[in-house]
Amino acid sequence: MSRLGLRLLTSLFFLSAAVSPVTAQPAAPVSEETVHEVAAQLRCVVCQNLSVDDSPSEMASQMRAIIRDRLAAGERPAEVRQYFVDRYGEWILLSPPRRGFNLLVWLVPLAAVGVGLVTVAVLVRRWTRHLRDHRPTRVDVDPAMSERIRREVDSGP
Amino acid sequence: MRRLWRWLIPLAVLPVLALLAYGFRVDPRDIPSPLIGRPAPAFGLTTFEGTPLSLAAHRGKVVVLNFWASWCQPACYEEAPVLERNWREYRDRGVVVVGVDIQDRREAAEKFVREFGLTFPNAQDLTGAVSVDYGVYGVPETFFLDRQGRIRVKHVGAVTDAVFRANVDRLLAEPGSP
Amino acid sequence: MTVDFGYGMTLVALVLAIYGAAAAAVGARAGRPALVESAQHAALGVFVLITACFALLTYAFLTFDFSVRYVATNTNLGTPFYYRITGVWGALEGSIILWSWMLGLYTLILILRHRDSARELYPWALATMLGILAFFLLVMTIAAPPFQRQVPVAADGRGLNPLLEDTGMITHPVALYLGFTGFTVPFAFAMAALITGRVGDTWLVLTRRWTIVAWYFLSLGLLIGGWWSYHVLGWGGYWAWDPVENAAFMPWLTATAFLHSVMIQERRRMLKLWNIVLVILTFGLTLFGTFLTRSGVIASVHAFTQGSIGALFLGFLALVMLTALGLVAWRWEALRSQGELDSVVSRESAFLLNNVLLIAAAFTVFFGTVFPLLSEAVRGVKVSVGAPFFNQVNVPLFLSLIFLMGVGPLIAWRRASLENLKRNFLWPVVLGVAAAAAAFVLGVRSALAVLTLATTVFVGTTIGVDFVRATRARLRVGEALIPAVGGLLRRHNRRYGGFVVHLGILLIALGVTGSHAWSVQTEATLRRGETAELAGYRFRFDDLTAVEESNHFKVVGAFTVSNGRVLDVLRPAKKFYPQEQSPIAYVDYRLGLKEDVYLVLGDFARDGTQATIKLQVNRLVSWIWIGGVVLTLGALLAILPERRTA
Repeated sequence: MSRLGLRLLTSLFFLSAAVSPVTAQPAAPVSEETVHEVAAQLRCVVCQNLSVDDSPSEMASQMRAIIRDRLAAGERPAEVRQYFVDRYGEWILLSPPRRGFNLLVWLVPLAAVGVGLVTVAVLVRRWTRHLRDHRPTRVDVDPAMSERIRREVDSGP
Repeated sequence: MRRLWRWLIPLAVLPVLALLAYGFRVDPRDIPSPLIGRPAPAFGLTTFEGTPLSLAAHRGKVVVLNFWASWCQPACYEEAPVLERNWREYRDRGVVVVGVDIQDRREAAEKFVREFGLTFPNAQDLTGAVSVDYGVYGVPETFFLDRQGRIRVKHVGAVTDAVFRANVDRLLAEPGSP
Repeated sequence: MTVDFGYGMTLVALVLAIYGAAAAAVGARAGRPALVESAQHAALGVFVLITACFALLTYAFLTFDFSVRYVATNTNLGTPFYYRITGVWGALEGSIILWSWMLGLYTLILILRHRDSARELYPWALATMLGILAFFLLVMTIAAPPFQRQVPVAADGRGLNPLLEDTGMITHPVALYLGFTGFTVPFAFAMAALITGRVGDTWLVLTRRWTIVAWYFLSLGLLIGGWWSYHVLGWGGYWAWDPVENAAFMPWLTATAFLHSVMIQERRRMLKLWNIVLVILTFGLTLFGTFLTRSGVIASVHAFTQGSIGALFLGFLALVMLTALGLVAWRWEALRSQGELDSVVSRESAFLLNNVLLIAAAFTVFFGTVFPLLSEAVRGVKVSVGAPFFNQVNVPLFLSLIFLMGVGPLIAWRRASLENLKRNFLWPVVLGVAAAAAAFVLGVRSALAVLTLATTVFVGTTIGVDFVRATRARLRVGEALIPAVGGLLRRHNRRYGGFVVHLGILLIALGVTGSHAWSVQTEATLRRGETAELAGYRFRFDDLTAVEESNHFKVVGAFTVSNGRVLDVLRPAKKFYPQEQSPIAYVDYRLGLKEDVYLVLGDFARDGTQATIKLQVNRLVSWIWIGGVVLTLGALLAILPERRTA
């Protein structure tokens, strides 16, 4: 784009003085916190990975206004959310609804933590078995290791 | 047996690789609309000329509802003449083309309408209410509505003659309103 | 001309890298040092050639050589000088050059440092490095060639992605890529250890060092990325759990796990198998990250352009993971170790738990990132997995990790006595509980915030207590304060480097908690002269002006911020680039230790009489950056060569 083109763009901008539409103010007072709460769960459709709450885009700003209006009209947050799901599909929810197949995304990490903890418990039990067997421990500590421990003990807290 | 078991470790990555390979077959930006087959949401807008524009006024016709914006280069610029051409051709056969301009500045949008000599009704969606009602992601998106006023097809991207004709002809061939 | 020359050099570099990898491998197998030496020369040649390619491309950028397609698509006559340099690696093709160049650099350092010190492992490590380098050069020749002819030669280019016009664009990718590519070296040594069967101590010591170096750069890259997101993207946040962020975070988590579990292996000769798997996993995740960002399989804000490159990366990922894990299975017997602990309550156990939590977090992030694909494959339904999910699942994991961070280092190795526990944890627990009570009295009602605060104070105190005690011990034997502290840090640089890193993490946790729990925001539409209020601040809309820059024009709003007295005039803007459809927000902010005032310009009237603005007061965010600086300093301290004698 040449500088001339830019200048054209600039002059175009200043020539027209009509007031552009701006977001309407809500009719009834709606808690901004509720608006954020709903908006934060919805995915901004033009920006892929930001929420409607976070996105600085015009579309997101319009969607926030729609959320505000619907809440002002007496809809509950869940209903407003459902309104968007009905139009955009589950995709618009930033966190999949907890039912059916989607439960996996919640349960699998939980199961992973569980498996990890059980594995560690089993290993620690196995590795401390010798303590319960009353066999003498540390029969052959290598000298370098014991030297290291001694140093650690000397200098440590 | 114990020896074989350990070879499961490298094999464990195969399902993950398969899933990622599957990813090549899908387009993350192509999201099917849940509105297909459902009644089209009603709206009431005002055209650039100042006349009221509503869906209810076109009940019983096949409606081609096109969402566009003047800043949408080049797709909207490619499809505008296509829409105008087909609108002229089909307008007497019970087909109406309706344009909804979203996230736009009025002057730029009016210039767009003038430039392409669009004669079908065009209106600006100032608050975004209509575009959200139709689950619009971006522009251009076009909805084909049957004579019962149900959304039948959503087309993302520029409309071509072939796309327009195929969808409209099919909807026209269906029995009229009950 | 430029194109032919650049492409030619890339090809020669590719051939040299393949030759080098083969020569090093054959030389190692047949025990012929001459071949290994020849591979070293090849590596040097590859590095020189990539450097020349890099220089040539930079020159093309600086001279607006629009006969090169990459230059034509990523710059235009208006692009300022500075961004013509950073623009070189602003898009896919250039980023691969930068990546290859760093790999070449690491290969060179590896040759210089380990040529004589690790005779058995070295040739195989060199072969691995060159093999991986060859892959990236292959990408540069067939899938994403930076040197491609633009026909006909364009009169002007398209221009750089405006979001990349930021000073962070030099530091963020450089640090991030140094981190990513840095993990290639530990992986190369792991492969060498597996191939030779020498899975003992040499491998471990080399790998630990290199992992800390890569970890340091990756941390730096992540932090600068957060800062870039905060001050460029204009959404008031620093971390969005975007697939690309996740891609960089996963190897960070697994590398962190390795840096902890490696200590158990050093002391107890245990977990050999686990540690080698962690190194392989970390490297695999860096490749996975590259695949994610460059394949377009998963939609993301920062996705590079797509193409055949995805399949190439997936193939390479498959090759690497199957080979490496196959070798692990093959060396199974050598990697098995007899584990033995002296007590259930010991630092070893704490580290094992730490590993479970870190890997679980990495797995959660991984699973969440690929879940949309899984859902589509199984159900045919597209779903999103975003910030609310990741926060919800990861917060408990991270809180537990932070808690362990306080407990772990102060439990004795081997066996912890009740005495030992009481001595070390009395004060931290008391202060932690006191902090929770104080927060509650001061009106903090978020359970999560109270818990995080208490944990942070608890862990902070454990670090403080340890440090004070160790210093006191030195003072008792007659040292002065400054030399005592200095000596402590130098003599036990790994231990205290680790503590400083932990301190940095605490500060980051504080910042994250504060910004989530206490930040407030609102939107307001103001006419000129009107004011909006938020959290005790008043914002007056003064005026709106348009400014012309070399490659865009911007609309700048002026807002006077006051809280009783005038604090500042903030000038958020919207930038209009000819090559972009929608304007780019340019935020303005006033940073503070307690809170940041953050303004994003929204819609506005064209005559400048009215503007919509998003106002945010973000609490404690600065502590994330401060914590980041502390963390990187700690990592530097830990990297210093160990000095066992004071």
